[in-house]
Amino acid sequence: MDKKFNFSSKFRLANIFSLFLFAISILFIIFKGLNYGIDFKGGTLIELRSSNTDASSIRSLLNDMNLGDVNVKNFGKEGDYLIKVEQKEISGNKLIPEIKKKLSDNLSTEISFRRVENVGPKVSSELLESGIIAISLSLAAMLFYIWIRFEWQFSIGSIVALFHDVVITLGIFSILSLEINLSIIAAVLTIVGYSMNDTVVIYDRIRENLNKYNRLNISEIADLSINDTLARTIITSATTLLALLSIFILGGEILRGFSFAMILGVVIGTYSSIFVASPMLKFFKVTYKTLEKEEEKIVP
Amino acid sequence: MLNFSKINTLIIYCIFLTFTFCASLNFQKEDNLYIDKKINLGLDLQGGSYLLLEINSDNLIQEKIQDKVIPIKKLLKENNIKYSNFRINNQSLTLDINNFDKFDLLFNSRKDNFVNPYIDNYRSFELIYKKLTSTKIEILFSKFGLLTINNSALKQSIEIVRRRIDDIGTKEPTILQRGEKRILIELPGLKDPERIKALLGKTAQLNFRLVTDNSEFGTEELISENDDKLNVSKRIIMSGENLIDAQPNINNQNNEPTVSFTLDRLGAQKFGRVTTDNVGKRLAIVLDDEIVSAPTINEAITSGNGMISGNFSFQEATDLALLLRSGALPTPLVVVEERTVGPDLGEDSIKSGTVSLIVGFILVILFMLYKYKIFGLIANTALIANLLILIGILTILEATLTLPGIAGIILTVGMAVDANVLIFERIREELKTEKSLIHAFDTGYSKAKITVLDANITTLIAAIILFAFGSGPVKGFAITLGIGIVTTLFTAYFLARHLTSLVVLNAKNNEIKI
Repeated sequence: MDKKFNFSSKFRLANIFSLFLFAISILFIIFKGLNYGIDFKGGTLIELRSSNTDASSIRSLLNDMNLGDVNVKNFGKEGDYLIKVEQKEISGNKLIPEIKKKLSDNLSTEISFRRVENVGPKVSSELLESGIIAISLSLAAMLFYIWIRFEWQFSIGSIVALFHDVVITLGIFSILSLEINLSIIAAVLTIVGYSMNDTVVIYDRIRENLNKYNRLNISEIADLSINDTLARTIITSATTLLALLSIFILGGEILRGFSFAMILGVVIGTYSSIFVASPMLKFFKVTYKTLEKEEEKIVP
Repeated sequence: MLNFSKINTLIIYCIFLTFTFCASLNFQKEDNLYIDKKINLGLDLQGGSYLLLEINSDNLIQEKIQDKVIPIKKLLKENNIKYSNFRINNQSLTLDINNFDKFDLLFNSRKDNFVNPYIDNYRSFELIYKKLTSTKIEILFSKFGLLTINNSALKQSIEIVRRRIDDIGTKEPTILQRGEKRILIELPGLKDPERIKALLGKTAQLNFRLVTDNSEFGTEELISENDDKLNVSKRIIMSGENLIDAQPNINNQNNEPTVSFTLDRLGAQKFGRVTTDNVGKRLAIVLDDEIVSAPTINEAITSGNGMISGNFSFQEATDLALLLRSGALPTPLVVVEERTVGPDLGEDSIKSGTVSLIVGFILVILFMLYKYKIFGLIANTALIANLLILIGILTILEATLTLPGIAGIILTVGMAVDANVLIFERIREELKTEKSLIHAFDTGYSKAKITVLDANITTLIAAIILFAFGSGPVKGFAITLGIGIVTTLFTAYFLARHLTSLVVLNAKNNEIKI
């Protein structure tokens, strides 16, 4: 790949685009909110397989039981349904057997209960809390690592890019009303790792080129570095996406949300390391002197 | 970077072969007596039930503070401290006393204090008191006191939960303490946890009390098995602690299921005395504040054997016997989280997980071959080795493989080539300026090293945090992702580099395309 793309001329446009996406995501997350699954909201989930029934008859049976908010939807194959029951307070340990009995008795078809999950309100709020802590902590850990390995400008730049990725991924989940559960948190953390990985590769090259060509300005250096690493960026994103697409298409219904979040994350993460993380260095007016100063400090 | 001593080469391939051998352990059909290690399948793959139970020690604290009433009153009397308005509250006692200083001295005495023991290890008394007004004080458990009550209740609960679950006979249950108030139970292969939940939901506090005719002081009204209300004395003649065995039976006379029980010596003595003194009266058998049955005492029972009948089905009799055998839980247990996966869904998950793993793997391999030709082959060899070593390490650790764990492996496959891609791209760049082939490869490897390390450490940080904060299946993902990074670094920097060196050093005419 010997073609050179002029990325830095597109920085401004990309930044406006990013800000736009970011703002829309924030607005959606605040006003529409995230669609939390039972892991974080509490409640009961039942996955069942039947030969001959439909969502509306399941729904009407459950509505008779006065369970509050009941959500029934087709899940993967025909005849597979996912039932979600919101649980406002602990109704003892009897809720699940009652629902099972009601459905088995009244639906005129064989039903097998493939999966039953119930998360109490206390546990769900703890899970949400630890999820938020985990994401924040990973961001902080990345910030710290980059700060040690590079200069503070790089550290801030990479965190802005990470923040951008996480918020837009969650924003898209909010816009599409996709469910946020434990595996999505895992996906977001992996995105953080992946996006950081991508950013580090480019930053590494920027640092190297800053030392090598100290007559070039940061835009030129960024351009050069992005082009140097472009083949790698594309190939790695491609292999990762191939693996993820395979999970998304063939990995079954349970992994679909996870792999979708990861696919989004890889695309956004690749974009952000070029169009968010690199312009941030321009914003901080990083030059080869930035690196020198730091070295002087270390070796007095 | 391309020179390998013979010993280094040997070590690299030994490591590879060792882990590959470990990976192969998973596929042996018969049990190997020497090395019996395998990757465990998580509940989401093999099917089973996960339950998180929480103890509620409020009732227990209430009981324990009531137990302090008599010793405290005795202490006050013996030392001539006048008291009035003695009240038992929810979790504390309040009273007015006249001699405050004397009380303080006695209450906080560190020597031979039986009312309020001082524990040296924790530097704390069991109880503390607060002065509410000039005469009124409130006595309650100290932080340490509460902790002791909670911990012993939790320990006891775990023991009894274990006994009950063992008694039911599920295979390989896991029962663990989780935090300060919770018990985690994993029951592989269990399709329907309702019976276990029902059995664990009962405290099974059994006691025998006399039925009285009128509602005098010291009695309470309880519901009997026929939904009648009966007045029962609050005085407990004997409790479940004195029981040494209980078995379900069929009564020969009316073919009704019953539970027969055997008492220990002390229980048999007590029971004999009470039944001798109260022939003709009714004895209530009370389980968790409900009367199971209230038979009339026809004759003195001194043998220490008895029978409970109460319109049971045989299943109910079996369960009751099991509960009585296992002993009473100190506090009720509440299921706060439950996840059950049926075996057919588990099988489906394994199938779809494996299929997507194989397909993802093949796609990546083809892509790399297309992109790098002979070096693609090297990267792919490294990738296969990577996978084998990863599985080998998981086997040695006897790690639990979950569905997200499989996803972690697939993701590793996708990201593992990154290290080799970084290196190969770097070498390509070097080749543009460098004439010597060997030199170009050498500097390529050296220069890419820092980048590869930096890039992988960031992902490793994310995996470690995920492992620390994730729960259940997500932990499985973090393990495979984290180990995958380590194996990736090994295969890229040792195995693939060695293979590359073989290709480069044997290249004729200094011509090689990458």
